Amino acid sequence: MKVILKIRRFNPERDRAPWWGYYQVECEPTDRVLDALNWVKWYQDGSLAYRRSCAHGICGSDAMRINGRNRLACKTLIKELGNRITIEPLLGLPVIKDLVVDLEPFMKHYRSIMPYLVNDDPPPATERLQSIAQRERFDDTTKCILCAACTTSCPAFWARPDYIGPAAIVQAHRFIFDSRDHGAEERLRILDAPSGVWRCRDIYNCTEACPREIQVTQAIAEVKREILRRRG
Amino acid sequence: MEGDVVLHKYDVVIVGAGGAGLMAALYASRSVRVAVLSKMWPVRSHTGTAQGGIGAALGNHEEDHPEWHVFDTIKGSDYLADQDAVRVLCYEAVELVYELEHMGLPFDRTPSGRIAQRPFGGHTNNVTKQPVRRACHAADRTGHMILQTLYQQCIKQRVTFFDEFQVLDVILNEGIACGLVALEITTGQLHIFQARAVVFATGGWGKIWQITSNAHSFTGDGAAIVLRRGIPLEDMEFFQFHPTGIYKMGILITEGARGEGGVLINGRGDRFMERYAPTMKDLASRDVISRAIYLEIREGRGVEGKDYVYLDIRPETINRYFELDGKKSPDGTPRRITADEIKTRLPDITDFVRTYLGIDPLNQPIPVQPTAHYAMGGIPTDLDGRALKNENNEALPGLYAAGEVACVSVHGANRLGTNSLVDILVFGRRSGLDAVRYCRQTDFTKLPARADEPVRETLESLRSRPLGDERIADIRAEMQRVMMDYVGVFREATGIEKAIRALRELQERYQRVGIQDKSMCYNTDLLEAWELGCLLELAEVTAVAALARTESRGCHTREDHPQRDDKNWLKHSLAFRTEQGIELRYKPVTILNYPPQERVY
Ligand SMILES: Cc1cc2nc3c(=O)[nH]c(=O)nc-3n(C[C@H](O)[C@H](O)[C@H](O)COP(=O)(O)OP(=O)(O)OC[C@H]3O[C@@H](n4cnc5c(N)ncnc54)[C@H](O)[C@@H]3O)c2cc1C
Ligand code: FES
Repeated sequence: MKVILKIRRFNPERDRAPWWGYYQVECEPTDRVLDALNWVKWYQDGSLAYRRSCAHGICGSDAMRINGRNRLACKTLIKELGNRITIEPLLGLPVIKDLVVDLEPFMKHYRSIMPYLVNDDPPPATERLQSIAQRERFDDTTKCILCAACTTSCPAFWARPDYIGPAAIVQAHRFIFDSRDHGAEERLRILDAPSGVWRCRDIYNCTEACPREIQVTQAIAEVKREILRRRG
Repeated sequence: MEGDVVLHKYDVVIVGAGGAGLMAALYASRSVRVAVLSKMWPVRSHTGTAQGGIGAALGNHEEDHPEWHVFDTIKGSDYLADQDAVRVLCYEAVELVYELEHMGLPFDRTPSGRIAQRPFGGHTNNVTKQPVRRACHAADRTGHMILQTLYQQCIKQRVTFFDEFQVLDVILNEGIACGLVALEITTGQLHIFQARAVVFATGGWGKIWQITSNAHSFTGDGAAIVLRRGIPLEDMEFFQFHPTGIYKMGILITEGARGEGGVLINGRGDRFMERYAPTMKDLASRDVISRAIYLEIREGRGVEGKDYVYLDIRPETINRYFELDGKKSPDGTPRRITADEIKTRLPDITDFVRTYLGIDPLNQPIPVQPTAHYAMGGIPTDLDGRALKNENNEALPGLYAAGEVACVSVHGANRLGTNSLVDILVFGRRSGLDAVRYCRQTDFTKLPARADEPVRETLESLRSRPLGDERIADIRAEMQRVMMDYVGVFREATGIEKAIRALRELQERYQRVGIQDKSMCYNTDLLEAWELGCLLELAEVTAVAALARTESRGCHTREDHPQRDDKNWLKHSLAFRTEQGIELRYKPVTILNYPPQERVY
């Protein structure tokens, strides 16, 4: 099938403002949007810039706005979209070139929630024990691939980029509810700050955007509840 | 800043932020100043795609011993692995898996709260010869959890990262490695990193082949860079094809699927593996299964006569074969599995199959074919990750390699599933530690003048060529097709010779390739062109080494030389790049207590 890709282009060395490029590509309905982008880059316009690596939805490189929704280009098939496809960079992060955005502000929020196990007890000679149920408690949020699709779909983040954003909260959740972790107190304090969880207005864009189908809004709600519970 | 290059100075500079690079960074940065350079954000590294598990003889479900792991690995390697290295691998695996757990890795758990383990190809109880549960897993995203856990620890330890910096050259001065040249992708700026020690942890090069499980970014940069600087590459003829890639796409379906009981079925509905490997069946070594699939297809027993077979993970199929095989759970009851259990243990691959094939693997079998997967060969190193420059095992001072880009050799002619994740941790750590020891004894070596000149010239030449009729994409596709046809699972002399001629022609055409993007900022047109240069060189080395090895061993199957030939070929190849082309030399295999035997599964 013939597909028209309408791609938001911007090269800071050349362009004063972003513009739309139109490309016609011959696709199979089962092709990925990433395959179509590759076709454009390889055979029509080599200067098109985007990130990609694994091509099967696991490395988190190619989150972008496709027909108005954040998705991974490699996990979205042409047949889901029809023959007119609009592709833009993620919103809310500075554009470096074309579909490539500056991830540093996103990663900074991620780093701010102490995204590592906190436990200073001397470890046992073998593994720390954890029951199947304790492990299950935080399973959903371990799936996060830091693709930024959720955070950059959130109106609260667009409005105030200092909002820590859903991805960082998901990553915090992964530790807060891990029975082996002792850092919850401090993490919850960070998340209780003005730029923390209370900016979330339950809009659900994040949950819809997550390519890993993580229940993001629910995870945020659980963190909010935990803060309130500890406040007593 | 000197001229238009930015200078940096660190004790140790690590190239690559996958499992091997991060592990080296964690250990080295406890003692000296370390920088990690990665062409992608660290969490995008290939380690994150590993699915099935990491092997360690913890014995959490049933009896197991590191020594059994040693034997299985050596047998899996078709006796080409160095046995001293395998010993290190399998014994250190146990403490490293515990260390990962202590770092917070969310392994799945047994009912008693210990790390859960599943069976995997080629891992056995050495007494009963039956599959043993040795692969420690976190669902089917074990690699994702390893990569994230190590990155988390690096954040905690405040390791310095240069993200989206692509290394294009290693700087040597009088035979000592003393730095790197890297391109900052977002700006096009060149940087020189001066270092006492340099560690390459850049991963593999599956993109040489058409059907591959490997990412677009897996282009063998590190291996090609050192080859160009006169360091040999070891055992390049050995590249593993994993039996179960999604048909036509190559996306991997983990061996863990067969570990959970999945079976391979041909076009006639037969479970054909019992004819090729009566004991281990669908959990035989990967080379054995990939060959079996090709043979079934060749005999017209592919599905609908085409070039694929089915991987069946429907619970009714699994349970039928559990019953036929008399499989027992560790508690002695007959082994059974439910649809829900399959979904919890293999959520990602269930999702891949649904997304890309539009079918539910719990109701329909999955069409699969062998997919180019893993480089057993690479930069030769000793047990501490030191790169070796010749067949006498002399180290090149200051240069280290670890992970898939390295060849210690623990995988020999065929890697066992779960052993790469062990390899990256064990030898990542060892190279990090040894780099520190080395730093303590040596000062910085002076950088040669204008060390960035060769890179600058290469990039200028690529940038300045007009966009003629030679395209990167055409040359790459042609290389991938040639390698698939002639240097894949089955090989023979005339085919390989054809491939070599075709590759040399492609290299000539590559000299005329033009690029469209002339800008400095995020120029992936330029970098794809540069990466294609790496792939072409590695493809040629692979083919040349494959032509020379006139025997069949592990994944290297020569139809014109179907037997293993220990008398002439129990040795590692070393490929050097010289003025006259590729030169092959050889060095012996280290054999300790397991002399070569016939290999049956
Ligand atoms: C789909 C899949 C599933 C797998 N499943 C398993 C499994 O279950 N068990 C198992 O044991 N093994 C498995 N493997 C193999 C294993 O995952 C890899 O061999 C291993 O993760 C490689 O790790 P690494 O650290 O060597 O390299 P990688 O994780 O690939 O990291 C390479 C790093 O180098 C960087 N880099 C590359 N070139 C440059 C350059 N020029 N400049 C700067 N940086 C550069 C990259 O950015 C990246 O950070 C699997 C592999 C695949 C593809
Ligand atoms: S390319 Fe890896 S997630 Fe799409």
